[in-house]
Parts: sequence; C-alpha cells; structure tokens
Amino acid sequence: MKLLKLCAAAILISGGSAQAEGKLSIYHWFEYMPQELLDKFAAEHGVEVTMDTYDSNEAMLASLKAGALGSYDVAVPGDYMVQIMAESGLLDTIAEGELSNMGNIEGQWVDVPFDTGRKHSIPYQWGSTSFSVNTDVYGGDINTTSIIFDPPEELRGKINVLDSQGEVILLANLHLGIPQCSTDRDQLRMLDELLQGAKQHWASFGSDIAKDVLVSGDAAAGMIYNGFSAKARLEGAPIKYAYPREGIIVWMDNVVLLKDAPNRSNALKFMDFLLEPENIAAVTNFARYSPGIMGVTDMLDEELRTAPESVPPADAPAGTFIAVCDEETQSVYDAIWTRLKK
Amino acid sequence: MAGIGGRSGESSSSAFAPIRAWLILPTWLIIGFFLVVPVGTMLVYSFLTKEFRGGVIWEFSLAAYDRFIFDRGLFGDEPPKLELTYITIFARSTIQAAAATLLCLIIGFPTAFYIATRPVSTRAIWLFLVTVPYWVNLLVRTVSMKFLIRESGPLNSFLQWTGAISEPLQIINTDFAVQLGLFYSYLPFMVLPIYASVERYDFALSEAAADLYATRWTILRKVLLPTVKPGIIAGCILVFVPSLGAFLAPDLLGGAKNFMIGSLIEEQFKGNAGNWPFGAAAAMILLSMVLVVLMIYARRQSGRSRE
Repeated sequence: MKLLKLCAAAILISGGSAQAEGKLSIYHWFEYMPQELLDKFAAEHGVEVTMDTYDSNEAMLASLKAGALGSYDVAVPGDYMVQIMAESGLLDTIAEGELSNMGNIEGQWVDVPFDTGRKHSIPYQWGSTSFSVNTDVYGGDINTTSIIFDPPEELRGKINVLDSQGEVILLANLHLGIPQCSTDRDQLRMLDELLQGAKQHWASFGSDIAKDVLVSGDAAAGMIYNGFSAKARLEGAPIKYAYPREGIIVWMDNVVLLKDAPNRSNALKFMDFLLEPENIAAVTNFARYSPGIMGVTDMLDEELRTAPESVPPADAPAGTFIAVCDEETQSVYDAIWTRLKK
Repeated sequence: MAGIGGRSGESSSSAFAPIRAWLILPTWLIIGFFLVVPVGTMLVYSFLTKEFRGGVIWEFSLAAYDRFIFDRGLFGDEPPKLELTYITIFARSTIQAAAATLLCLIIGFPTAFYIATRPVSTRAIWLFLVTVPYWVNLLVRTVSMKFLIRESGPLNSFLQWTGAISEPLQIINTDFAVQLGLFYSYLPFMVLPIYASVERYDFALSEAAADLYATRWTILRKVLLPTVKPGIIAGCILVFVPSLGAFLAPDLLGGAKNFMIGSLIEEQFKGNAGNWPFGAAAAMILLSMVLVVLMIYARRQSGRSRE
C-alpha cells in the first residue's frame, strides 16, 4: 500500500515537472480574458498558464514596483501606462523579428505615441471616449464638445461627466484646441476658466454610474466610453454616441513584455497567439471593444460589427490618446481639478 | 462611552490584581497595532516629500501643510495668500456633519424615548425594527435611496400623483440629498445610546417633580435631559465623527460635484494627483479637529465631576 502511494506521488511529480517546463504567468485586468482562450493556448503549446488580476492601471503599477516584477511574464496596461512603465524601466524590449505575427497589426496601431515603433507592446483592445446624448431631450447637432462645455438650454443641469481628471481635461483641451501638456500659462488659465464656467451646467461627476444615469434618465447627456454607451443603448436608453468634430478621446490596452520575465519565450509565443485574428476575435466578442488586428471583422458578432459606437462615421475625427505630462504640468492639472471640485 | 459605564466592579478587580497586566495586554496590543502604528505612519508621511505618481521620498518637508494653508496661485509662484480651498472643503463637511447630527437628534431622541417607555416585552421588537435596515450593506442602501429620490422616482411620482407638485422636485445631486443620506445612514447610532440612557431613567423622578408642581416642560429640561445627557452626547459623537469623513453619500447622492474631506483625501491616493504626503496631512488635520472636540468634551466632563 505504501509503495503504491509512493508510486502515485512519483507519477504526480514527474507529470508536474513535465508541465513545468512550459509556464506562462499573466497579470491582467479582471473579466477581460475568456478562459477558453487560455485553455486553447495551454493545449496548443503545452504550457501551464496562470493568471492574476488587477482593477486599475495604478494598482498594477504599484504592485509591480513593490516587488511583483520578475514573477509575471506579461501584463496589459492602458496606453499612457505603457509609457510610464517603459520610462520606469519595467518593460523588456521585443527585438526585431521575435514576433512573427507583428505584420497583422492594423496600420494605425503600428506606431503609437505611447510606444513608438512598438518596442514593448502589442494591441489588445481599444475603444473611444466621448459622450452620448438623449435624443428625446435634445434634437440638435450633437457632434460638438459644446454639448459638454457650453450646453444648449435643454441639456443644462442634466449632464454627467466622468469623475476622471485625465479624460475631462483632455476633452476640454480638445474643445479649446489647446495641445495636451501645454505649459503656456494663458492656455492653462483658459482651461481653468472653461471648466469653472461649465461646472454650473453639470449635474454630477461619476464614472461607474455613467451608463446607469443615461438609462434611468437622471442625465440627458453624459461623457462615456463607447462600449458602455452601446450597452446603455441596448438597455433601452434613447441615446446617440457623439463623434465631436473638435476631436475624440481614444484609449488602447496593450499586452507588454515585462522585464525579468521568468518565461520570456512563452510570453512571446502568447503575444504571437494574440496577434492571430481568430484568437483576438474571441477576446473582442467577450470584452465587446475593438481589436487592433487586421482580418478580424468577419469573425465578430453581427451586433458588434455594426454598432454605431464601434464604427465611426466617415467624417469622424482621428482619436487622441491621453498624453503623459511632466510633473510641472501635471501639478497644474491637479490644481485645476481641485479648484473645479472645491 | 464616558459616563455610561460608571465605576462598578472595583471590588472584584482585586482578585485579578496579580495578572492584571496580562489581561490588559490584548487591549494594548490592539490599540498599538490598529491605532498607534497607522496614525504614526500617517504622521510621518505627512512630513515627507511627495514622489511624482504616488509614493514618498524620505526627505523632511513641510510642503503638505504649506499647501493646505497658503495659496500660491495656479502656477505656484505668486506671493502666498491664505488658501481658502481646503478650509471651504473642511467647513462644508463640518456643516453637513453638524446638520446630520442635529437631524438625527431631533428624530432619534423621541424615537428612543418612545421605545424605552414601551412595555419590556415589546421593546426588543422595536429595537429590532430600528436595526433591520442595517443588516443590508451601506452601499446598497445609499443606492436605493438614490432610486427613491430621483426625478422620475417613486417619491416624485407620488407627490405629482397627489397633486402636491406639478414639476418633479430636484432632490438628487443636491446638498439636501447628501444630508438625507447621512441622516439615514447614522440614525441608529443616535437612537441606541439614547435608548440605553432613557431605559435606565427612573420615571419616579418625573413623578416626584410633577408632585412638586414642575410643568412637563420643566421636567424634561431640568430632570430628564440632564439624566440622559451622557447618552445624547455619546449619540452625537457617534453620528458626527463618521459623518465628517463620509464620502459614499456625497458621491452617490450629491453627484460628487464638490469634494468632502473624505473624497479629498481619497483623491490624493487613488486619483491622478497622487500626493501621499498631502493626503496624510489632510487626514492628520481632520484627526486633530476630532480630538479637539473630544478633549473639550472630556475636560468639561471631568471639571463637572470635580465640583
């Protein structure tokens, strides 16, 4: 009997070590990766996959800085966070030719401002942020940022804005035509005055409530992420997602190769895996945003392919990413934000 | 709270004298671990230099307190004036907390009195009813409140149906909604201590006062209130202190348009601002304010007992 147990243990151990040759450790947002896709990768490459999750870019950064670096192979930061992580020396460089599917990336996402030349990252999902308007309340032209900053009579006092400094200040910059991270004092004062003056028309600040206030009718217009707006529309809100001509905010989550990755070659295999249209389509159908990979469209759900929130009109402006400002400008933004909410 | 406990048990304590230190040890450990260490960390951090995007640099600095007190303009290089931003935020929170305390007292005292004067057999049911809503998470209750008072919610629909109003009342996203949320969140903290005091009140005292021709109003003022005062004060402290740091009600019901102390501090740690020393300094200033209020109360109490 004892012998039998020993044998069983030996088999278990050998079985375990055979798998341990190939491991992959992922650090990812919560509810952003279908389990079936991980299983598929594990089966195809004989790799044991483990995944830990986080709920904000800042939480992920803090955790890596506090000692988790070296225990994960890949993470999925948002656009500006890729740049911050690269500047903090947390990312490894992907050498030319190490990813065979690099050519699948859509042209517009090959060279991005937060990672020029895609040295550290590949696209995961992207979307846009602007605002939606209840067309029962207001029937006029909605494709202008004036809806938020100088609203028509019908919408005054019925506007929700995201409780997020980065998005509100970028939209205000777009409204005024001021470059991001401008250090020009007159421009910064204009920005401050614009926000101070617009606040009287706003009913509330809130990010996670952005969809609910539009569905319930508490707000007749509200800043919102495109996927979130699509969900509000499907829940019955009579709203339309705007593509303001002054500009629209765009965001992208990216898979990055972490520095000191314990399984670097598997991490690269995983990135190649996610660059295949069939696989990233599974992520998109799960997460309901947009892939940055060519040849995916046919594999998406019908509803996703035709949603007005995901398919911008031909005359829609190009999107702008939130820029990473230096400390001096960021502290002026912080001051403007505090004055806005005092 | 102070004054309720009294000085019972002094004779029995001598039996435990040899092991008294050991019996007290867990209390001291808990106080040390959950109070002294965190507050000490906060105090130290408030005097450090901020690191860009969160964190601290271990260099002594008064910048956090300077920022609280002096306004150097949007770009930080104008001659310093008195900074009103944070004083405004603290004043707003204090006024809201004081108003919530007063409202809780006005509703809570008669409620507690009513429960305490019921027959012993039914008191438990009344107390049970007071606590029932508090079995549900505070967040869920605050969101429910939001549903009730929204423009197209049941309250407005009912008032319009009765014809009392023609246009829906704008309640949500106002200071009044915040007030309602705070009042609703903390009412039992007022009712329960007052109930405990009134329950022990000997109504023979009221009868005696009435026999001596005191009016009902005089009995309330001169006999009942002084006797149950410790309960009232305990209730006020229990409502005022958490209201001061609340941010759930202001965020959900008030629309998060204006910072309260709690949300101001939160923003320093979770938002873009990422100024940990300033967050720690604001928390220390809040703590000092609460301590001053409690010390004034404690001094007055001890002064009275010496008389």
